[in-house]
Amino acid sequence: MLEVRDLDVYYGAIHALKGVSVRAESGEIVTLIGANGAGKTTLLRTISGLVPSRAGRITFEGRDITKMPAHEIVGLGISQAPEGRMVFANLTAEVNLELGAYLRRDRAGILEDRERVYTLFPRLKERRRQSAGTLSGGEQQLLPIGRALLWRPRLVLLDEPSLGLAPLLVREIFRTIHQINRGGVTVLLVEQNAHMALSIASRGYVLETGHVRLEDRASALLENPEVKSAYLGG
Amino acid sequence: MKQLAGLALILGVLGILNFVLPQALNPYFMRVLMLCGISVVLAVSLNLINGFTGQFSIGHAGFMAVGAYGSAMFSLHVGAGWVRTLESAGAPEAAAQGLALLVALMVGSVLAAIAGYLVGLPSLRLRGDYLAIVTLGFGEIIRVIITNVDAVGAARGLPGIPGWANFFWVGLAVVAVVVVSRRLANSTHGRALFAIRDDEIAAEALGVDTTRYKVLAFVISSFFAGLAGGLFAHYNAYLHPNSFTFLKSIEVIAMVVLGGLGSISGSILAAILLTVLPEALRSAQELRMVIYSLMLIVLMITRPGGLLGNREISLDFLRRRRSAGRA
Repeated sequence: MLEVRDLDVYYGAIHALKGVSVRAESGEIVTLIGANGAGKTTLLRTISGLVPSRAGRITFEGRDITKMPAHEIVGLGISQAPEGRMVFANLTAEVNLELGAYLRRDRAGILEDRERVYTLFPRLKERRRQSAGTLSGGEQQLLPIGRALLWRPRLVLLDEPSLGLAPLLVREIFRTIHQINRGGVTVLLVEQNAHMALSIASRGYVLETGHVRLEDRASALLENPEVKSAYLGG
Repeated sequence: MKQLAGLALILGVLGILNFVLPQALNPYFMRVLMLCGISVVLAVSLNLINGFTGQFSIGHAGFMAVGAYGSAMFSLHVGAGWVRTLESAGAPEAAAQGLALLVALMVGSVLAAIAGYLVGLPSLRLRGDYLAIVTLGFGEIIRVIITNVDAVGAARGLPGIPGWANFFWVGLAVVAVVVVSRRLANSTHGRALFAIRDDEIAAEALGVDTTRYKVLAFVISSFFAGLAGGLFAHYNAYLHPNSFTFLKSIEVIAMVVLGGLGSISGSILAAILLTVLPEALRSAQELRMVIYSLMLIVLMITRPGGLLGNREISLDFLRRRRSAGRA
């Protein structure tokens, strides 16, 4: 479904991704783990067209999207929940969600999907009339995920959805991701919480300073001694 | 049908006021009222860029100048001839002048919108301070051009513009810019603009063509700035480059910020306030501008989010305030 081959990305003189190749098959959850600065977020942003690549090729369902502008990539069925609390602070939670369906014109379908998101995240329903900037940190983090789902994507890119959340909420988020995936959405998940991510993913990649260091089935990575000592705390 | 009735009602009310007001008010108050209207058009239109879309333009006087000089040149060289022909053919004076003015205003506004498009384009790659400098540069270029091109009067100014603009036309322009802004704010397009303001990257990630919308905001905004310029030209009957300096742009920004970025009613309120205030302070003589500046400072300290923040005054809003007060 998604194939990234030999991707090179620079920020000015900094070589952020050095020949990265990653793929995701339809219906999978694929996770990218790695330390800060490994290039995980850069990879997601390059796929969604927010960051330009210098070399390499990205294809989605057989189509070359390497040079496509971000808003057209969304149109193909890829949506992204950017890292942290990228919310529209002055707009209400509900408008934030509905902006996820910005490219859709089927009002009825949008409302239906909005209700689905509210079922997944009842907290957002309670807060729907509040402006997003006044939500708690955790609630703000749910918004980009909900927003990404309102587009009814075929592939969703999630960037550190559990960052800085309470353990209980983390578990809830991962359960939700699992649920989303069972609904037929392919998930590319960037996480620092390697244990949680690998336990719901089918395959995983370990990124290290712009390289793919390891690539394996998630269950195998969980048992890998190198991964264990570096990312799973022993 | 309902919209047509609304339009007819507005035209009727403006027509009556246009007849009554000049008799009820002395010419000085009438002039202040007209300038208020023109300021409202300027402020509400700049609010589309600075308030809705979160871009920072400080070249609004430039767009206004394009509209003012464009429409004035049209009237001087073409429109005045039309009016003579129409009147000699027996058309009523108001109709002939109104028609000529309408065409002149459209010419000025479209020219300003084209300028807005051209300035909007480089703004795609620029943000914040950098964009501000580009718009500042644009405003200055326009000012230098009109100060030096002889065909538009250069530094002597452009006299003899037919004074066709009356309360009716200024009122109509105010209604137009407010209706367009409100409709935009409540549409998908408006939401796209707000999304760009709050977080451009996230907006892009949702499929908002941020490029297109930023240019769109510039085009609509400069169209109305041009309209305000055209009205000013045809009300004042004389144009001078000094009316379109950098200070004029700052004045409009002050209106938008004071009213509350993003709030249409805030821009209206502040535009009226900042037009009336310097007049009301005339009795303070040389202290006038000192008091004016002090009042601005005090207002911004006491209401840092602007008079209305990003709220709007509407019937709905007032109703909610009342019921909240009772509860």
